[in-house]
Amino acid sequence: MAVCIAVIAKENYPLYIRSVPTQNELKFHYTVHTSLDVVEEKISAAGKAMADQRELYLGLLYPTEDYKVYGYVTNSKVKFVIVVDSSNTSLRDNEIRSMFRKLHNSFTDVMCNPFYNPGDPVQSKVFEGMVSGMMVQVS
Amino acid sequence: MENKPIVTCGGDQALFTSLYTPLAQQLPREPMEWRRTYGRAPKMIHLEANFVQFKEELLPKEGNKALLTFPFLHIYWTDCCDTEAYKGSVKEDMTRWQNSLRGHGSVDWVIVVVETNDAKKKNKTNILPRSSIVDKIRNDFCNKQSDRCVVLSDPLKDSSRSQESWSSFLLKLRTLLLMSFTKNLGRFEDDMRTLREKRTQPGWSFCEYFMVQEELAFVFEMLQQFEDALVQYDELDALFTQYVLNFGAGDGANWLGSFCAPVQNWSGLMLRRPIDMEKRDSIQRGEASLLDLRSYLFSRQCTLLIFLQRPWEVTQRALELLHNCPQPLSVPGALDCWVFLSCLEVLHRIEGCCDPAQLAANCSHTVGLWAYATDKLKCLGELCGLVSEKGPTSEDLNRTVDLLAGLGDERPETINSLLSPYKKLKEALSSVVAFERHYLELSHAAMEMYKEINRLRSARLVGKSLAEFYMRKGEPERAEVFLQEALKSYVSEGWSLPVTHTRKNIAACQKLLGRTEDYLQTCALLAGDANLTDEERKNFCQEILSFASKSTDKSAQKVTLSMTAFAQLTRLEFRPSTASVHSGAVLQVELSLRCLMPVAVRIQQLSASIHFSLEQAGTHGRSKGPPRQTNPGTVHFAQPHSSGNAVPASATTPSLELDEIQDRSPSDNSLNSTGIVCKNTHLVMRRHDSGLSPDTANSVSPPSVAVDDGAQMLKVQDVTLEPGNNAVVFTAGDPGTYTLRQLCATVGQVQFVLPHIYPLIQYEVYSQEPQLTVEPLSEPLLAGLPQSVRFTLLTGHYAVKKGDALQLSNSDAMPLLPSAACKASILSPTNGESSLSIQSSEKVTSISLPPTPPYHTLEFHLEVLCVIPPGPDRPPNERLTNGECPRTSTNHNCPWSIYSTLLPLTFYIPFKTKHSLLSAGNRKYIQVCVQNVSDASFQLAELSLSEKQEASLELQSLNTKAQQLVCSKQSVFCLWEVRWKTDLPSCLQCVFSASFSPLGQPASSFKPFLYQFQLERVTTLYSVRAEILPATGEQQCRSGTLCGLEVCITRLTEPAEGELAEEGKTDSDGLRTTKLMYEVADSSSNWAVCGKSSGMVSMPVAANATHRAHIEVMPLFAGHLPFPKIKVFKYLPHTATQAIQPDPDSCVENDTLSLLDKNLDDPQGDTASLRSRGSVHSLGSGEQQRGLPMPRLEPFGPGQVFNHSHAQQVLVLPATDDHIMEVNAT
Repeated sequence: MAVCIAVIAKENYPLYIRSVPTQNELKFHYTVHTSLDVVEEKISAAGKAMADQRELYLGLLYPTEDYKVYGYVTNSKVKFVIVVDSSNTSLRDNEIRSMFRKLHNSFTDVMCNPFYNPGDPVQSKVFEGMVSGMMVQVS
Repeated sequence: MENKPIVTCGGDQALFTSLYTPLAQQLPREPMEWRRTYGRAPKMIHLEANFVQFKEELLPKEGNKALLTFPFLHIYWTDCCDTEAYKGSVKEDMTRWQNSLRGHGSVDWVIVVVETNDAKKKNKTNILPRSSIVDKIRNDFCNKQSDRCVVLSDPLKDSSRSQESWSSFLLKLRTLLLMSFTKNLGRFEDDMRTLREKRTQPGWSFCEYFMVQEELAFVFEMLQQFEDALVQYDELDALFTQYVLNFGAGDGANWLGSFCAPVQNWSGLMLRRPIDMEKRDSIQRGEASLLDLRSYLFSRQCTLLIFLQRPWEVTQRALELLHNCPQPLSVPGALDCWVFLSCLEVLHRIEGCCDPAQLAANCSHTVGLWAYATDKLKCLGELCGLVSEKGPTSEDLNRTVDLLAGLGDERPETINSLLSPYKKLKEALSSVVAFERHYLELSHAAMEMYKEINRLRSARLVGKSLAEFYMRKGEPERAEVFLQEALKSYVSEGWSLPVTHTRKNIAACQKLLGRTEDYLQTCALLAGDANLTDEERKNFCQEILSFASKSTDKSAQKVTLSMTAFAQLTRLEFRPSTASVHSGAVLQVELSLRCLMPVAVRIQQLSASIHFSLEQAGTHGRSKGPPRQTNPGTVHFAQPHSSGNAVPASATTPSLELDEIQDRSPSDNSLNSTGIVCKNTHLVMRRHDSGLSPDTANSVSPPSVAVDDGAQMLKVQDVTLEPGNNAVVFTAGDPGTYTLRQLCATVGQVQFVLPHIYPLIQYEVYSQEPQLTVEPLSEPLLAGLPQSVRFTLLTGHYAVKKGDALQLSNSDAMPLLPSAACKASILSPTNGESSLSIQSSEKVTSISLPPTPPYHTLEFHLEVLCVIPPGPDRPPNERLTNGECPRTSTNHNCPWSIYSTLLPLTFYIPFKTKHSLLSAGNRKYIQVCVQNVSDASFQLAELSLSEKQEASLELQSLNTKAQQLVCSKQSVFCLWEVRWKTDLPSCLQCVFSASFSPLGQPASSFKPFLYQFQLERVTTLYSVRAEILPATGEQQCRSGTLCGLEVCITRLTEPAEGELAEEGKTDSDGLRTTKLMYEVADSSSNWAVCGKSSGMVSMPVAANATHRAHIEVMPLFAGHLPFPKIKVFKYLPHTATQAIQPDPDSCVENDTLSLLDKNLDDPQGDTASLRSRGSVHSLGSGEQQRGLPMPRLEPFGPGQVFNHSHAQQVLVLPATDDHIMEVNAT
């Protein structure tokens, strides 16, 4: 499962970022932040191709020695980034996709909350719980 | 040398040799479709072959799986055309050949019979038809496979027949070759699959299988089917990976053990050779390490991909491989070495096969490798002590030696290349300087590339790691640039954790650089950073405090830092909430400061600098300007988000403040254009990358803060700010309107400054001049009666002391009425009342005021009386301005003004008086009408009229003696008869006097009222008597019949002296006469004047001179009709130049004159206007009017002409008695 899950606003600031507590949080921040480069690259490439029926899932953004970083961008340019441990080979593309879909649905619920101010950091407990479910359970 | 499928050639070698060249050339010329088994797509391939001489040894032994050396086709060449020869030797040879083939189970053969015309010609006569040999061969060898024997005719001749034969031969050859491929490869693949299925069995060896499948790959490569070859390797890769994964999951296979051997060599990938035979051999021997196997696999894949023109896939796969290279090598750093070398090797390989332009365009594919290599080199450098300031220790050196040993010797193929990865690594590890050079080179290359492809964040991350390197090297000045750049990017995008981390680095950097101010500012930011632990925050806070408490000399400049990092101004509250007080009162400003420091900080001085704005000073102020919240006097400041969840500056652009503008043309105010302007464009349009809002807690570098020096300040000394919210109270002082500008907290040597307080906040301390207002207690003030006037003194800043007096200068027209019981009340919270003492002297009334504090209102009432000016009528509401001079006493310590002021008061006279002269023949009466114009009712008493000059005159009152009530807006008429003894003067100076008091007042309160007037031309000069005589023979007048109007004008008196001089006289016949003009006019259309209506009379100036005139008139109606009016004027001949001013008393007559004009209905507008202009009126013909030297008419004064028949009536009967009455009965 994922080791870090991030939701990034259209303006590229983090709305939500959570990583496995045992590992260096800072490193994930850097990783996710850097991955935005590739996200933007992919968005602009996809935007040229077909603006309408764009695939939201961006696929593997870039691999590092330790992690694989996957990206997903909603139609409102909110980005989701999931970081997965490299050694975790059981996760296939399809699983990652479904994780993103779950994330997207949950985020949509957050946005539907009339008390949520779009652009504010996400603090929903439901969302938190869903993310926790997707993260690696470190014993 | 390239591999080609092997084709053996038996039979006539000489023949084959002669045909070899064209054969080898022409075989690959045409492509052939290769249909594949297992549903694989058919492919067009160009066939090539390696023709070798047939040898028995070439045939594969049973069980030999080698494919590369496998002969796919066997050809037997013969040019035998002679049956004898065939039977003698060739057949035998052929049989042997075929037998040996059959013995090895090879069925892929073909017999080529070459026919030459030469041979044909030679044996034309004595041999069998040539076909017979072929037939024979077919019969003998190719039972049922007739296609296995091919005839090639004249192969060396250039004829169409030969060409045809060649092409059919080649086609056959290709077909057979492909058939052979299909069959043999199919069989091989089947075998291979079978072998693979056995992989679960013990004793199965991956290496063996590897060799088998690679054989297949080789064949595909041989056939130029790189795609298929790559598939083989990918399959192998996947299989191996799966094994490794399973191994990791505990499913160990024995053969994997061989890969677990410790790695002794980490020399990196070798991509320069198509096949690394060394590694292949070691794999074949089962001695390869995991790394070797991976390396070998990748090098093969790389080779094939480059053949396929897909170099970018190489880089991608390389990264994947390098990342996934799972085994941490025993020697620390070995893996790093391997990765580093491999990265560079891949890059070299790619560079080798692409031109620079292509490389530049695709650096997005290579940059990952560059960055990775950089990273690894840095790791190595750190490991080997090449990054530290001091250089490597002996331990580090040992480690380096170990690492270098693992690299082995340089490969022969790169030994001559100057920049081989091997050489680079060796050099880099050899010395600190070389390492730095190589590392920087790589870093910059990676950064450049990242920037090129717009991956700025990645570039900055590389920059950050470069900064770390510099920091370790002890070169903070070079590190700072990179750190600042990275920080800027994190701040602008609101990534708080990286911001914190980077800022920590910057702090360290700045500390080393000795940039005290910047360092302290960064410390302040960090001390308030919620991402750090309390311990860290306290440390940073301590840094600031210890600097602040350093007892440096006082002259040293204080360090100025931005307050935003230190504390936030959250709220500001004014007490009182209007933010406006008079000077001397207390205005408190309470600031709520949220201190972000982790510990309590003692502030020596907290000051708010204020800006004095003059324009408001001293006025009655209301605080204005700042957009007020619902609670006035309290301003809440927009909070930057707490740094934990900072929204970046780019996301918090200010909202647009729009205003409508209208452009109107200056001439006619019509609308030219209208539009909307944005008032805060400077904020909205600000570039975000450079102009980051300095107010956010996440600002990159502290903005330089300018401190307002010498400005006025509100100060509080010695405050301790606890972490969290604090309230600080300021007290404001001097008069003026102030705008809060800056907030400055001083801690020892450190000042925290909030450079701007926004929104603008103003407060006002006003100072007011003393002000005296006098206003009537009741409106309007009536003259002649004592009236109460209210004096209101706003003391303003002036404190009224004991002994201060208000001095009013008295005027005759308006005396002040002193009254003892005068009370002054001081309007203040403590509603005090104190008495006034008023001293009146002849000139001045002095009112000593009770002591009153500033900003209080002193109020008292005084009675004043305005004497009604006697004499001629004035406009009733004339303003009487009476000077009152509030003058200070001579004593100088209590003046508020040295000037005296006029206080205007308006009094209204309550009565309007009119007089008129009434005559009855010679008797004269004077009527006085007193009209009450005020709202109050009055009692009038003691009405009297007196004449000033003529003592002989007696005025006999015809009025009641009693008091008379005059209600509001009502009038009282009084009448006096004038009696005279000797002679009536033509001019009378009369004084009307009365006393009046408001209704209900006691008799003592009666006040006099005087009215003076003058009457002129009192004497009656003429009497006019008229009589209407019915027509002759009639008793009564009848309507419609002419009657006679007899007018008799009689002079009553002798002319007086003045009259003689004044009136135009004409001496005719020695008699003095006056010219009069009479006129008969009927204003009510009762009479028709027939014939002459006016006439001129020359009256002798003597008493009882009479003139009679007869005028024909006709009554138009029946009934009692008033007499027509008879008017008499003085007739002045044109010589008289005196202009006649309209007399007010003649107004009535003027009116009737103009009425008459209308009745005449003169069509000429200009004459009408001429006539109506004034009293000048000429009657009769137009010549008279138009002639310039016009005689004028002047009316007599009232009382000069007495009309006896005024208002007299005459009975007029209807014209006939025959009245026709129409009665309609229905």
